[in-house]
Amino acid sequence: MKRVALYAAALGFMAFAGFPFYWMLITAFKQNRDLYVGAFDTRHVPWIFNDPPTLEHVRLLFGQTDFLRWIANTLIVVVAVVVITVAVAVPAGYSLARLTGRWGERLGMGIFFTYLIPPTLLFIPFARLVALLGLQNSLGALILIYPTITIPFCTWLVMGFLRSVPWDIEEQAMIDGYSRLAVIVKVVPRLIIPGILTVVVFSFTLVLQEFVYALTFISSVDRMTVSLGVPIALVRGDVYHWGALMAAALFTSIPLAIVYNLFIDRFIQGFTLGAVKG
Amino acid sequence: MSLRRRFADREDLLGIAMLAPALGYVLLLVGVPFVLAIVLSFSTATAGSLSFGWAGFANYAAILTDPIFRRALANTVIVTIGSQLLVVVLATAAAQVFRAAFHGKRAARFVLLLPWAVPVSLAAIAWTWIFDSTFSVINWTLKVAGLLHGWLYWLGEPRLALVAITIVQAWRIFPFATVIVLAGLASLPQDVMEAAIVDGAGFWRRLFYVELPLLLPVVAVAVLFGVVYTATDLGVVYILTGGGPANTTHVLPTLAFQRGIQGADLGQGAAIAVFLLPFLIVVAIAMLRLARHTEVGST
Repeated sequence: MKRVALYAAALGFMAFAGFPFYWMLITAFKQNRDLYVGAFDTRHVPWIFNDPPTLEHVRLLFGQTDFLRWIANTLIVVVAVVVITVAVAVPAGYSLARLTGRWGERLGMGIFFTYLIPPTLLFIPFARLVALLGLQNSLGALILIYPTITIPFCTWLVMGFLRSVPWDIEEQAMIDGYSRLAVIVKVVPRLIIPGILTVVVFSFTLVLQEFVYALTFISSVDRMTVSLGVPIALVRGDVYHWGALMAAALFTSIPLAIVYNLFIDRFIQGFTLGAVKG
Repeated sequence: MSLRRRFADREDLLGIAMLAPALGYVLLLVGVPFVLAIVLSFSTATAGSLSFGWAGFANYAAILTDPIFRRALANTVIVTIGSQLLVVVLATAAAQVFRAAFHGKRAARFVLLLPWAVPVSLAAIAWTWIFDSTFSVINWTLKVAGLLHGWLYWLGEPRLALVAITIVQAWRIFPFATVIVLAGLASLPQDVMEAAIVDGAGFWRRLFYVELPLLLPVVAVAVLFGVVYTATDLGVVYILTGGGPANTTHVLPTLAFQRGIQGADLGQGAAIAVFLLPFLIVVAIAMLRLARHTEVGST
């Protein structure tokens, strides 16, 4: 009896969480005459395929829209932002964890708090900055600004990660005659590869999810990222191509969700701020 | 020993050198814009030109007497509180389920985390379709179940639209809160739980008198992030309703965007966005207190 309740509850939560994705799936592959039947008609069941599934919407998405272009744009921004974030946040996290002593922790907290300052507070001053730099409607604006979101969180992640890396190996290397700098350059990178990987994945997911700055700075359809182009540019005037829209949402969400699942525990360690002692 | 050699062993200098790029980035591209956000709210700046005129409190006077702004402020509070109440209930319940071992748990966890992983704009467009005035599957299901006799225009009626927005925000954030609460559950002191069982406390007693009080700091962390994510979110409202019908469902971020970016009135947009600060300050103070509290508790 208790087991039944457990499974029922688990299914309930899955249904609530997963329902929009089921709806994306079924919409993406339904024929139009099966899709656009008003919900007034209680005899037509919208939850299932009443006609055979079709690839018509997928073909439309890949053949007649800028979807592939948006994916390419997103990848350009992702690569640039990941490189900047790793180059800046990893040394900073190491410095705060190992080199700066007691005030490192406090400074780390300070940097983390800047993560709480939201894009919706900063997009107006950035509009001015981007205009000054002549970066309007350019991926350059996103590459410059996205690290403001990734660096604070990733510095914090690396700092937290290093707490779980024993100090012995670095100490031993110094006893063996390495200078402090040589330890950092030659020994440390091997130790923190998992931490760097987390930074890469987190930056990647963050860039894919970002909407506010992209909406503010990118106006041409051919320069949009996926998360901007799909909801904004796939809607032509008042015409929503729901099949293609949902196909795009589905194809973007699922790979992201898989990556996210693999790394969720590390992200959560960052969010819980030490309120959870492992 | 050469100078270079000495630098290579000076921890403080190395520390500063490695920290400098991150500090520089954060100061220049978060700190300066943050100050500029406040300065702009006292200015007559527009998006078209780079001129900059002092406006005093004119922008604030204008928005405070503007019913659309007041509505947006109220909506932000309503949606934030409403969705976070839902999140607390859903997340503590879901955590109780997902701490147990059962078949297919990995798949279940994958589905549970989907709303948190998906880009907010794509989730919002899916919900827009789900709430469609003609094709809403929710209406169909309610009608077939005999629960609905008229018709629900989810995004066309101000009150219903706020309900829809609140549901979407709760849906988006509860998986994240669940995982945080689960992490908290895993770290509860086992001896306390065992003592409660030995003393004969049943499931509900243990839940309400032992676990939930111990979990409070963790639930608080989840809610604090939830407040920031909801109050400052632009995507959900922008895509679901665009602030409509008739500017009744705006929240602060969408109104700031409409006035500041689309309407090119940077000064007024900045003034609207500044009203997000109280939310953030409350959250920051609460987090600092929590961090200090747990530090004291653990040492």
